[in-house]
Amino acid sequence: MKIIVTVKQVPDTSGKVAVNPDGTLDRASMQTIINPDDLNAVEAALTLKDEYGYKVVAFTMGPAPAEGMLRELMAMGVDETVLVSAREFGGSDTYATSQILAAAIDTYGVDDEDIIFAGRQAIDGDTAQVGPQIAEKLHLPQVTYAGDIKKDGDTLTIHRMLEDGYMVVKVKTPCMVTCIKELNEPRYMSVNGTEECWDMPLTVMGYDALKDHDLIDATTIGLKGSPTNIYKSFTPPQKGVGMMLEGAGKETTDKLAGILAGKHII
Amino acid sequence: MTYNSADIAAFKNVWVFCEQRQGVMMPTTYELISEGRKLADELGVELCGVLLGDNVDELAPTLGGYGADKVYVCNSPLLKNYTTEGYTKVIADVTRAYKPEIMLVGASNIGRDLAPRCAARLHTGLCADCTHLDVDLNGYIEFLRSGSSLDVDGMNFETKLFDVNTNLKMTRPAFGGHLMATIVCPRFRPAMATVRPGVMKKRPFDEEGVKKVEIIYPEFSLTEEDIQTEVVEVVKAAKKLVDLIGADFIVSVGRGIAADVEGGIKLAEELAEVLGGVVGSSRACVDAGWIGADHQVGQTGKTVHPKVYVALGISGAIQHKAGMQDSECIIAVNKNENAPIFEIADYGITGDLFKVVPLLIDSIKQAKAEA
Repeated sequence: MKIIVTVKQVPDTSGKVAVNPDGTLDRASMQTIINPDDLNAVEAALTLKDEYGYKVVAFTMGPAPAEGMLRELMAMGVDETVLVSAREFGGSDTYATSQILAAAIDTYGVDDEDIIFAGRQAIDGDTAQVGPQIAEKLHLPQVTYAGDIKKDGDTLTIHRMLEDGYMVVKVKTPCMVTCIKELNEPRYMSVNGTEECWDMPLTVMGYDALKDHDLIDATTIGLKGSPTNIYKSFTPPQKGVGMMLEGAGKETTDKLAGILAGKHII
Repeated sequence: MTYNSADIAAFKNVWVFCEQRQGVMMPTTYELISEGRKLADELGVELCGVLLGDNVDELAPTLGGYGADKVYVCNSPLLKNYTTEGYTKVIADVTRAYKPEIMLVGASNIGRDLAPRCAARLHTGLCADCTHLDVDLNGYIEFLRSGSSLDVDGMNFETKLFDVNTNLKMTRPAFGGHLMATIVCPRFRPAMATVRPGVMKKRPFDEEGVKKVEIIYPEFSLTEEDIQTEVVEVVKAAKKLVDLIGADFIVSVGRGIAADVEGGIKLAEELAEVLGGVVGSSRACVDAGWIGADHQVGQTGKTVHPKVYVALGISGAIQHKAGMQDSECIIAVNKNENAPIFEIADYGITGDLFKVVPLLIDSIKQAKAEA
């Protein structure tokens, strides 16, 4: 009985972001963090672990330095981690990424009582596509935007959030659930965990480990197997600086209201 | 004949997934139909809506009024409520049967559940949360001229890899709005895009289109066994949510109200009332629990382009700007004269919002009375 959580290491886009002259991101200058929504997925898994004794296994795809993130997750309470990493996987779009992660998860094995959690979306791409696409490739039902999760036997009852309310959805395991930040408050690493995580199991699945899986094919993975390509990238234009009004008193607000009225804006 | 998503010559026409909830069309659908019309005209093909639900026929003709040539209607009690499996199966099946070259889906919580699943099943590319779409290359270059920092005159737009004149160019923010990327899907069809609500402009409604639109009922099969999730109930939010996307005037609050949260929100409400608008917010206030998430403007909130956007005590993080910088007129009040919000404001006042806003309310009341 296990819960698989998919996680991603992302550049921290909340602070200053450096852009190269050619319009690409200067990743070297940026901090990397665990994608925030993925921490909610991890917390959802650990909450169920605390109550029902699940084994929690985190999967990530990325370069070798992602190991640091996986150690942090084990310090939080994740039991085991898998780093899916190979040159052949580089340049993958969401389709190819989900193809590879689904192959990795399937190779590890998904049993009838298992659950897969993912974060709603990652802050670098904001696509929210990899979770549903993994579910499709594994032929599992999915519930996205989970704001509340209750378990009763083999059935999960989930509040699937909508813009104007929510749906109450029942789904049986095995299934994929994507988690939003309102779902829970992620826990911190434990003091013991930060020591123990270095001895906990971290497996690397490379190209050789997955190359014989049905989902893995030169036409479906990596840059060449990605249906979408980047045509151009650029920085948004800076709107010209407008008029700074002098002062902050009634004269100033009168002047502003006068301008707006003069332009028939109000 | 087997379906092959890489046989791109076999695909034709622009399709829009027309999302309805409980028999009410989502307003974004009309934005997408309007945008789809533009793309279909650029390609010289038909624009088709695909509408799923239970007895939703009466929603179809209106789509013609916004530019649809045809609407494919799929009715079934099993499509009454949205389920991932039910909707994915029907959309994937009709896509295989009719082979559209472009498929647009609103980037709602439902569209963003449905579209990736369909793209994975159909083996094609999907670009998430697009804010600009072009087929015509000249139109794209003009968009870049005004909408980017690129020197377009010195740029090469041709490529050997695909036909730049017929492939859909899908532009979207990435890295929290720090970068824009234009994505193509040259080797597979349909090229799929989810489109951000509130970004595409609705065309004027045309009664003639309502009369002309052709309604088609495609064959499809859907059984209870196809659907593995059960929708127990659909709960509407208890309070009426704020309509940011439709508002002409938005007064937004940021961290600057921290000194007196209640008072700050009350001032924003008063100013919004005088202007005839609604109250928005930065993410900081939502995260702090000061105001509901439905008020949030920005990359993870809503994209708005009102006539006037008033930013009160909002520093102007790039994620916030991404959601409001296309407002027609931006007014910013901030204590910090170096706040980034002033870089995009049409009018800026450096000062304490708690002092400035009551004065501004008076000034606007006077100006309105004199007008």
